[in-house]
Amino acid sequence: MVTQGIGEGVPPPRPILKYCGLIFIALLSVTIVSALAGLRFGFMLAIGLGFGIVLEGLRFGFAGPWRAMILRRDPSGLWAQLLSIGCVTLFALPLIAVYPGELVGASAPVGFSMVAGAFIFGAAMQVVLGCGSGTLVNAGSGNLVSLVALPFFATGSFAGAYHLIWWTELGTLSVLSVSGLSGAIITLCGLSVVAVIAWVLARPENRKLPRRLVIAALTLSLLAILNLVVAGQPWGVVYGLGLWIAKLATALGADTSASVFWSTSASIERVQNSILTDYTSLTNIGIIFGAFLVAHWRNNELSKWLPKLNMRAWIATAFAGFLMGYSARLAFGCNVGAFYSGISTGSLHGWVWFVAAFVGSVLGVRLRPILGFEAKA
Amino acid sequence: MNRSTVALITILTLLGLVSLDLVLSPPNPFHAPPVLSLGSGLTPVGGFCGLLPN
Repeated sequence: MVTQGIGEGVPPPRPILKYCGLIFIALLSVTIVSALAGLRFGFMLAIGLGFGIVLEGLRFGFAGPWRAMILRRDPSGLWAQLLSIGCVTLFALPLIAVYPGELVGASAPVGFSMVAGAFIFGAAMQVVLGCGSGTLVNAGSGNLVSLVALPFFATGSFAGAYHLIWWTELGTLSVLSVSGLSGAIITLCGLSVVAVIAWVLARPENRKLPRRLVIAALTLSLLAILNLVVAGQPWGVVYGLGLWIAKLATALGADTSASVFWSTSASIERVQNSILTDYTSLTNIGIIFGAFLVAHWRNNELSKWLPKLNMRAWIATAFAGFLMGYSARLAFGCNVGAFYSGISTGSLHGWVWFVAAFVGSVLGVRLRPILGFEAKA
Repeated sequence: MNRSTVALITILTLLGLVSLDLVLSPPNPFHAPPVLSLGSGLTPVGGFCGLLPN
């Protein structure tokens, strides 16, 4: 006979007080930034919090799904990315065409250093298993590899911007982009072609798109469109990280006048202004904080012990983190600024970035076990 | 070390960075732009990843 103890089989009570506290902290942070810097900047932090909550809460990523496609021929995460980009395209390109003075796309030129940068970024993000947004999300939710990679990522972003002009002078085309409704149709056709290629390459049992990823893709699209409407520019990650290091370096007395990028009047002004008035900084802070709140919301998520890695893996983490930042600046963005925002606002460089970074990812997936992150195959 | 400690270190570092920034470059909410860029009539001046100086 099976007996049941008192309270057995009954789910533990939900920690309502903790949930209310987390929501209160999120709202308080937005209120404080609004009061200190202005309402637009408070909104940008709220949008960033939304990004972090969706990315961590619904497990939406970029590096992981590409790895799944490469290793297991599972296209679900990639399809979700394409769906999200397509939804942003539908609104962003017509909006930018109607309000060209108030909204700008993530347009950038294609060049030798841009392609090389995207390839290296793709490889490095697979080594640490975290892309631009993923590194922020993972650090906020307690991943030690991402926490170690993050300062190197930021330093690499600063250094990449420092040398950016030297690299672009090696050979760069003029900015090529599509615009308006016709541009949106061309972009949607391109995204559909990629989705079909992924379907053909996928294992039959993996040809499905979970509802969780559909919800995440659509919510992310909404937040990305809000980012464009509020800030006047698309969602980005890497620029803000480099700006943090530029501010710290300047505060410590470093002279950045030898850099064409950091010595322009616009850059000097941004370094002098508060990071609470920089859009990419605010969304970055929001992503980290949003992921932190979600990790605390989930029961037992943060009590997990960290896996032990050898010294080679930690050195690789630092090196890959730096390379991610440096290469993302040469590539005019990471998976967010170039791939997600570049394609959705019609820039050709977003498409070139996608191809180069995916090829780089194939290399990165192979490098991970060699560098001590997992058991060798 | 567990994930909780790492997450806490991340948030404390971030708070430290923002606090230092507030001391070094305090923002002025009275100089803030309109809430939305769309419809403001103002050109966006924020930095972003595709930014290339002339």
